[in-house]
Amino acid sequence: MTDQVTNVIIAGLGGQGVLTAADILAEAAFRAGREVKKGELHGMSQRGGSVTSDVRFGVRVFSPMVTAGEADYLVVLAAEQVANNRIWLKAGGTLIAPETVDESVLPDKRTLNVALLGVLSVYLDLGVTLWQDAIRGHQAPRFHEANLQSFDLGRAAGRRARGA
Amino acid sequence: MAKEERLFLSGNEAVALAARRAGVALGAGYPGTPSTEILERFSDLGGCAQWSPNEKVAFEVALGAAFGGARAVVTMKHVGLNVAADPFFTAAYTGVSGALVVVSADDPGLASSQNEQDNRRYAVAAGVPMLEPADSQDAFDYFLAAIELSERWGLPVLLRMTTRVCHSKTVVWPRAAPSPPGVPHFERDIVGRVMIPKYARLAHRRLRRKLAEIAAWNETSPVNNLLAGDQALGLISSGIAFMHAREAAPQAAMLKLGLTYPLPLEQIRRFVAGVDRCLVIEEGEPYLVDALRAAGITVEGKPDVFRFDELNVSRVRKIMAGDVAPEAAAPAERPPQLCPGCPHRAVFETLSKLQCIVAGDIGCYTLGVLPPFEALDTCVCMGASIGVGLGLRHVLPAAQARRVVSVIGDSTFVHSGLTGLVEMIYNPPATGHVLVILDNNTTAMTGLQEHPGTGRTLDHRPTGRVVFEDVARALGLNRVFVVDPLADRAAFEKLIVEGLAAGEPSVVIVRRPCLLIAEKHRERQQAATERSGTE
Repeated sequence: MTDQVTNVIIAGLGGQGVLTAADILAEAAFRAGREVKKGELHGMSQRGGSVTSDVRFGVRVFSPMVTAGEADYLVVLAAEQVANNRIWLKAGGTLIAPETVDESVLPDKRTLNVALLGVLSVYLDLGVTLWQDAIRGHQAPRFHEANLQSFDLGRAAGRRARGA
Repeated sequence: MAKEERLFLSGNEAVALAARRAGVALGAGYPGTPSTEILERFSDLGGCAQWSPNEKVAFEVALGAAFGGARAVVTMKHVGLNVAADPFFTAAYTGVSGALVVVSADDPGLASSQNEQDNRRYAVAAGVPMLEPADSQDAFDYFLAAIELSERWGLPVLLRMTTRVCHSKTVVWPRAAPSPPGVPHFERDIVGRVMIPKYARLAHRRLRRKLAEIAAWNETSPVNNLLAGDQALGLISSGIAFMHAREAAPQAAMLKLGLTYPLPLEQIRRFVAGVDRCLVIEEGEPYLVDALRAAGITVEGKPDVFRFDELNVSRVRKIMAGDVAPEAAAPAERPPQLCPGCPHRAVFETLSKLQCIVAGDIGCYTLGVLPPFEALDTCVCMGASIGVGLGLRHVLPAAQARRVVSVIGDSTFVHSGLTGLVEMIYNPPATGHVLVILDNNTTAMTGLQEHPGTGRTLDHRPTGRVVFEDVARALGLNRVFVVDPLADRAAFEKLIVEGLAAGEPSVVIVRRPCLLIAEKHRERQQAATERSGTE
């Protein structure tokens, strides 16, 4: 484990599960024993507006907010939100756009957030079981199966994207 | 006892957990972003929590509990302390028998507020000790420290949080509360608790003595931390600004202040003397800088441009570099909107069509100001729609005055609209007035909290219900109507047209539940079923 902090921004629109995705990622890193900080704004964002959440983890993390131009990963749930959120990404950072995953193969379109985490998981050094536990911890039991399946589909897409 | 758990909590959740650990007997508040989740979580953890009609009442209820020897907490957003300011100031004089922690959640950057006032100034103005947590661990620890301080000096204590501390999640190692709460009981203390001028003069002097003692204690208190570093640059900071500063300048010597009123001035003086350059990194108003300079301590502050909006690492780097070049614009955002199918939509479409002058208020329906409606003309503070509407009616030429309407939500009406309603009856404008109460049966904007008009408690159990039309009629209004604008939009429009022409005050209650609560009610029932299944 290096002293490096991993910076992730998850972006989308209210109602898409941005905050849940950030909760799952942060929980996986937390379960891996890392210091984690997760930042977000609630409130007006509930009304269909833009939503972003910042997740930072490493050995020692101070600010809960990712600095513009310093995100290692930018995960975007809505295609229209890609352009305006690019400023977060550092030069050479990884953009995970919604089309990375074929939405039509997902068991439920509402699980796109978790599928994109599946893509992200290919790049991060957090064990798969930690992710699965985190997903179960943030979804009602009746949604576990669909979400775990979408996570796997996302991982497969992530491996293809990374290999390409 | 088992080894303590390592937890991952928001600042609000950490406060709730600390309150539970400390044996807080009562938590009261009014919902307001970013403070709302504190009492919700406290209730989930088994604490006794309630939404009051507004922050003033919540404060007084908590104060009464603390007069009775209990530990109490009252929570609110920054502007809520304006509403509760009256008891806040004089509670510093009376003090408390148990403990009273006042949580003020400020919103620098206005993520969800009508202003970005910095409530650190309130601590100074009222003479109430103040703690400023920088993350969830601090929020937990400082809440317990606030209880200890409150009991030791018999004073209310302000726990001043900000949006990023309230809503960010960070790692927390909880610890046990230092001492169990006392058993509530009433002890008569007329001189100490009855603030007639004769006794209040004594109380004012007593308060200043206590603050001098706390200032002396704070010189070596464990809530301020000195972090060794390069003496070329020393940074003084508090709250979330500390985190940004630590990251921007990890090599700098730092003084992290936890108890920021009354300040440990001698400790600060020594720190400043030991570094070549000393810079204060604070969010919002120049509170620390002003206080230090007034004490004759030479420090650098931030350029005025950083007084606006919240800080972040990048802005702190600019402060250190003295860089005041115009900042890059924030990414374009899609603004929030009224939900498709929201009953407020029909209301604003009608008011627009009738070319009403609309005095608006605080809630989801404030979004009626945005396109396509653009149907609000004023929005100031909770309850202001009624007074502002009446004031406009009093002075405008009759042709314009007749178009003025006040629009207020159900929770906001209970919060600060009742006295406005009385004003409308007592000082009616010559042209009459129309008050529209948007009753969607929930406090929607802050996340669907209950209020006295829903007839359910904070944890959704049935209780007494305030019926708005009954209140209006009991106060002597003749023209009181209830309508569902989605079921019959024409009827709603007719009521407004008639109300504008009536020449006497009218109340039109627009009653249609928020779309989101039906779903929420199902979730709550499901959760209750799942809980009872696992217990």
